[in-house]
Amino acid sequence: MTPELAKTLSHGMRRIRTVEETIAERYSDQEMRCPTHLSSGQEAVSAAIGAVLRPSDLAVSGHRAHAHYLAKGGDLNAMIAEIYGKVTGCARGKGGSMHLVDEAVGFMGSTAIVGGTVPVGVGLAYSLMLNETDDIVCIFLGDAVVETGVFHESLNFATLKNLPVLFLCENNFYSVYSPLSVRQSHMRQIHEKVSGFGITTEDGDGNDVAAVHEIVSRTVAGIRDGNGPAFLEFSTFRWREHCGPNYDDDLGYRPDQFIEDWNAREPIGLFESQALAEGSLTQDDIDALQSGIEDEVKAAFEFAKASDFPPASEASEHVLAASMMGSLK
Amino acid sequence: MQSFANEIRDGLDQALAEDPTVLVFGLGVPDPKGVFGTTLNLQEKYGEKRVFDMPTSENAMTGIAIGAALGGFKPVLTHQRLDFALLSMDQLVNNAAKWHFMFGGQRNVPITIRMILGRGWGQGPTHSQNLQSWFAHIPGLKVVMPALASDAKGLLLSSIYDPNPVIFLEHRWLHNAQTDVTTVEPIPLGKAKLLREGDAVTILSVSYMTIEALHAVDVLQQQGINCDLIDLRTVAPMDWPTIEQSVKKTGRLLVLDTGFKSFGIAGEIMAHVTETCWSSLKHPPARLTAPDYSESTSPALTKDYHVRAEHIASKIGEMMETSVSVEPILSQRGPAHDVPGNWFTGPF
Ligand SMILES: Cc1ncc(C[n+]2csc(CCOP(=O)(O)OP(=O)(O)O)c2C)c(N)n1
Ligand SMILES: [Mg+2]
Repeated sequence: MTPELAKTLSHGMRRIRTVEETIAERYSDQEMRCPTHLSSGQEAVSAAIGAVLRPSDLAVSGHRAHAHYLAKGGDLNAMIAEIYGKVTGCARGKGGSMHLVDEAVGFMGSTAIVGGTVPVGVGLAYSLMLNETDDIVCIFLGDAVVETGVFHESLNFATLKNLPVLFLCENNFYSVYSPLSVRQSHMRQIHEKVSGFGITTEDGDGNDVAAVHEIVSRTVAGIRDGNGPAFLEFSTFRWREHCGPNYDDDLGYRPDQFIEDWNAREPIGLFESQALAEGSLTQDDIDALQSGIEDEVKAAFEFAKASDFPPASEASEHVLAASMMGSLK
Repeated sequence: MQSFANEIRDGLDQALAEDPTVLVFGLGVPDPKGVFGTTLNLQEKYGEKRVFDMPTSENAMTGIAIGAALGGFKPVLTHQRLDFALLSMDQLVNNAAKWHFMFGGQRNVPITIRMILGRGWGQGPTHSQNLQSWFAHIPGLKVVMPALASDAKGLLLSSIYDPNPVIFLEHRWLHNAQTDVTTVEPIPLGKAKLLREGDAVTILSVSYMTIEALHAVDVLQQQGINCDLIDLRTVAPMDWPTIEQSVKKTGRLLVLDTGFKSFGIAGEIMAHVTETCWSSLKHPPARLTAPDYSESTSPALTKDYHVRAEHIASKIGEMMETSVSVEPILSQRGPAHDVPGNWFTGPF
């Protein structure tokens, strides 16, 4: 691996980790007053796809979207301000942690209803197809999305029209406290079920950022070449409670061995120890990356805290648009 | 003392115990938090066949509940937010509500759909909707909205044993409310409850609004204004006789609803009262509801979103053309406006 790529991947993961862990640390200040789903432990998939997508590609996501937004290039200050409910937030405080948007970098929106943005992503891909670009849409989704009707209907349409769309599934084996085993048949893995649509599928270790990067690079290139939609499934592990800043493994809903195995394969350490050994990263590189990130994150929280709340009059605004708002291109 | 959430849990427990055809399922039903404590330990007690978690497939699971009902069972399906149940509108409206009608009355669909109404702590536009009027608008659905912890269990049991599909709406901010009265008997659906008596104004309220109304009415009473406070309990069918009787006595109507203002429950009640009690009215019927826009996430945008006791008291002063002091209400307010009590520290 080139030193440039190694730095990009390390930086991408560390930046997400630092943001999420800082939110966790400060959540108890009671100033971030909204449901918040953190991605600590799940940084690798986002960092890898972030290194492959370009700003003109589009992305949508769901409730656990901080990592996706950041990887796509979303503005950090605007995200933290949104979680603090400030007018400088990416949705002016209207939506909070679960409703992130930064169209300037192609992050078209994340929403809070499971599966809700999957068909929206396919519709965006339809518009890209009509516009004859070689940009693609990345739809981030969790393992529970696979259970929704709209997911299957969207896959059908995406394959029917051969659309430039990547369905990117982070399978962390849980939906809230519910393991996959009470939600989906164990007869087929997720990617095997999806392959029945005739779509390109592949699966991989979502904590191995180099492996994810290799798969997504190849897959995205294929979509750009007109090969049609693809579905990728990466297994990974959420550190903290489903929603909120704490650890909740005392509740016993995930087996001890499962937790231990995944903790042993923490994505940043896993990648950097390898990169250090092969010489694509040095400890100085890592220290410099981390200290830059810490300054940036500190500044983002300062920005959010110093920002104003939206004026009360905005509560009733934005119900109906008065004119056509800016559309893509 | 028992909490509202415990009362719901006890109601489910009792139904599962006394009727082997009762089933309980929904996202998170057997998980360690048990849907805000309302389903704790039920799977351990009644087994995985009768009490189970489900895929994130709200529409299909509603149809599956309908099928199981036609097969002889009484399913209770639980949604942690009403907003998630919106995915199941097709099964609810086109199948559950119509089955009895469209096959000429041959069969009925005894399902209960619990939906939890979110509010505050940044629940935001898609985790806080109070769409009771949608369901009440559909012929063939019953809609129940308990307010008091002491009514929760009795209303739930009646919903479960009702031969029709019943939408049972639980406000998240009521789950921690306490009661020392526990009913064992089912409370008939379609029966409102008179909570306070007076001849100044008829106040009709549902769900969490009843809690705010109780504060307002008690403070007004100290100032010599006595109101009829009627907790509707069931929104469909509506207890029109109780409503008409009260309005004919007071001549003044104030309706409180947690839903959006336009095309809502409050508007329907005002229309009905105008039609049936016109000659008794001394004042135009009035309503206090959520506004016609969604709840934002930022706490700065939710301060005046919800109707509070002081708004109710002021409105009644206005209707009575007398000045009332809301100071006793304001001075009792403790926690921030976006939490039900200081015990709540997020995140859900
Ligand atoms: C339609 C719908 N049903 C239920 C929920 C409640 N809910 C929020 S997040 C979530 C878990 C989703 O799990 P998954 O897709 O695996 O993502 P993860 O949280 O593991 O990242 C659920 C069930 C919802 N938001 N929308
Ligand atoms: Mg998951």
